[in-house]
Amino acid sequence: MWTVVACLVPPLVLSVFIFGIQTLLITAVSVASCVAVEAATQKAMGRKITISDGSAVITGMLIAFVIPPGVSPLLPILGAVMAIAIGKHLLGGIGYNIFNPALLARAFLLATFPVAMTSAWLPPLSDMAIFSYLGTSIDAVATATPLAVLKTQGLGAFTEQFGAAANLYTNFFLGWRPGSIGETSGLLIVLGGLYLLYRGYITWHIPVSMLATIALLSWCFGGEVLFSGDPLLAVLSGGALLGAFFMATDYVTSPTNKTSQLIFGVGIGALTVLIRLKGGYPEGICYAILLMNPVSPVLDGFFKPKRFAPLQGGGK
Amino acid sequence: MTSLLTFPKGGVHPPASKGLTENLAIEVMATPDELEIILGQHIGAPCTPTVAPKDAVQEGQVIGEVTKGLGVPLHAPVAGTIKSFGMSGHPMRVSAPSITIQTNKEAAPVQYSRCDWQKLAKEELLAKVHGAGIIGIGGAGFPSHVKLSPPPDNPVDTLILNGAECEPYITADHRQMLERAQEIVEGALVILKILGITKCFIGIENNKPDAIKTMTEAAAAVSTPEHTVVVQPLQVKYPQGSEKQLIQAITGRKVPGFALPSAVGVVVHNVSTARAIYDAVVLSKPLYEKVMTISGKGIKRPANLLVKVGTKVSDIVEYLGGVTPELAKIVMGGPMMGFAVSSLDIPVTKTTSSVLFLAEDEIDTTPHSQCIRCGWCLEACPMGLEPKEVGLYVEAGRPQDTGQFGVFECFECGCCAYVCPAKRPLVQFVRLAKMKAKR
Repeated sequence: MWTVVACLVPPLVLSVFIFGIQTLLITAVSVASCVAVEAATQKAMGRKITISDGSAVITGMLIAFVIPPGVSPLLPILGAVMAIAIGKHLLGGIGYNIFNPALLARAFLLATFPVAMTSAWLPPLSDMAIFSYLGTSIDAVATATPLAVLKTQGLGAFTEQFGAAANLYTNFFLGWRPGSIGETSGLLIVLGGLYLLYRGYITWHIPVSMLATIALLSWCFGGEVLFSGDPLLAVLSGGALLGAFFMATDYVTSPTNKTSQLIFGVGIGALTVLIRLKGGYPEGICYAILLMNPVSPVLDGFFKPKRFAPLQGGGK
Repeated sequence: MTSLLTFPKGGVHPPASKGLTENLAIEVMATPDELEIILGQHIGAPCTPTVAPKDAVQEGQVIGEVTKGLGVPLHAPVAGTIKSFGMSGHPMRVSAPSITIQTNKEAAPVQYSRCDWQKLAKEELLAKVHGAGIIGIGGAGFPSHVKLSPPPDNPVDTLILNGAECEPYITADHRQMLERAQEIVEGALVILKILGITKCFIGIENNKPDAIKTMTEAAAAVSTPEHTVVVQPLQVKYPQGSEKQLIQAITGRKVPGFALPSAVGVVVHNVSTARAIYDAVVLSKPLYEKVMTISGKGIKRPANLLVKVGTKVSDIVEYLGGVTPELAKIVMGGPMMGFAVSSLDIPVTKTTSSVLFLAEDEIDTTPHSQCIRCGWCLEACPMGLEPKEVGLYVEAGRPQDTGQFGVFECFECGCCAYVCPAKRPLVQFVRLAKMKAKR
């Protein structure tokens, strides 16, 4: 667990330089409230307090990572209650939660504070002035995310605002674009994900199948005509990379069988592209993962490991 | 060197931890004053005593016979007097009926001499194996003469000697392969003659290069165009020494569920059993001694010991200078499959291959937590089972419904529990499930 926390620290540090010092404050509030809510819930339910296992810390960091950088630092407190008390412990505690707690919190905040959650996007800082957003009115500086611009204003406006070709990819890959606190830095997220892969904590099945599906379907249907979409942009936009390496791979809410994991990843990818292109929201990662989470046990019930020597009549 | 073979599915790489004893020659332990010989040493019905209290017995004399079902006779490990019949501690069954023998220290040890076994017929050889009380001393305790009489509808063509010794810490087979290579190989020839076959493989994990070298030389010395004995180096991966996995690694054949290896034309014996068969047939010496590894940071002087069957763990501890202050846990058998014991008042049986005295830093006492469904146990299980599901069902009070996950195919190797990040006692869950589930 603490390895995952360590892998989330570099994108957090970078977010300070992209969106300002308040990202640190939001994350700190989020982590502290998740740990506090976990301890309080477990005490109230008469269970053993397990805040030292690092799980609540990860949830706290991930909640902060998927909300806009311009929201009130009090917002994650509500998210923590939803994620930990309702999403995790009322469903049985660690191991028994059906939905990814951090994404459940995001969905809940999106429904309860729709304005903040869809408009408090900040343009990236260009001169390391990390304190410049403090004390300013968010409304004065708020901007729109690339996927939102692309969805509502079209490719022309998108190119005008974010540039094109190599320059665009570099900025997006390094993280210099509007977006949620921890989702923008493709490079650091991929490095963290590769480290988790190297240590054997996650396997390639979910991230690869999910990102490949997003790339393929975006290429097919993302453009004005068939097969003219931009697959690389689709992967670098929104929360695709963060979702693929740190959300969809959550042990508890993803399948255990490798075949199930591939289908799970393809399902998330397909739902993401469907929501991005046809749905009401510019980004679909959050809902795509939440929709696939409850499918995990169904997939695992269907795809069983190959038994070495099955006994006659001893079950399927 | 031929390429390294292994089994394809699952397995783990625990630290070998064999350094404490792998370079120590087998040492003969002084016979203690009293031995407790458990009557049920093998799989099958326990022996019925053929002696009475106060009887004088000679070393190697039969003291128990099987009256019904599967089994082999039991012999007195020492000359002495039958003191009493009673109950002894047992690592798995808590307690078991036993015979206590008072050692006669004056009696001279029996000398055994070679016989010309090549002249004997197959039936006579089998009778010697049975009469000497030979069982699978690698751990299972299956009577060897039964393995050597495969059903006629399953023709056997391959003998495999198991020298994998994949359990961490244990070096008893390793030392025997180094010190008794010729005897093991001659034992293999006896088995080949009994089975009427010509091909023997000796599987040894590649972390014992000295044993591979010694055994290869010994095997080459006896191999003829008619009888080939070949040492097959194996990849280091636990549980390489599991019968089904070893057969798959060496021959590529898969033993079906609930079937014996003879179903795929293979018979497997441990190298130490092959040596016991050498003793039984060539020297006419019954099985009443055992090479064991005593290891771990919790014992003053780790050793490979040749002990009499019936020697109590407490006597071994005394012989090796006592335990160290770091001692935290005592395990009979290997760290992966062995049983933790709470008493030293437990006698060694024919199948006890080690007693480990483990210090705090050699064990993990983290309390277990809820399953997080990481699926690592599914990857580790060499039998393709779902340990996590068994654990969840047992915890939910439904052990009777675990047949669907193949609990009866589980041989309790412990790979799942070894990899579990939540430290769940998955093997114990499976054992409980096996008691309640329907086949």
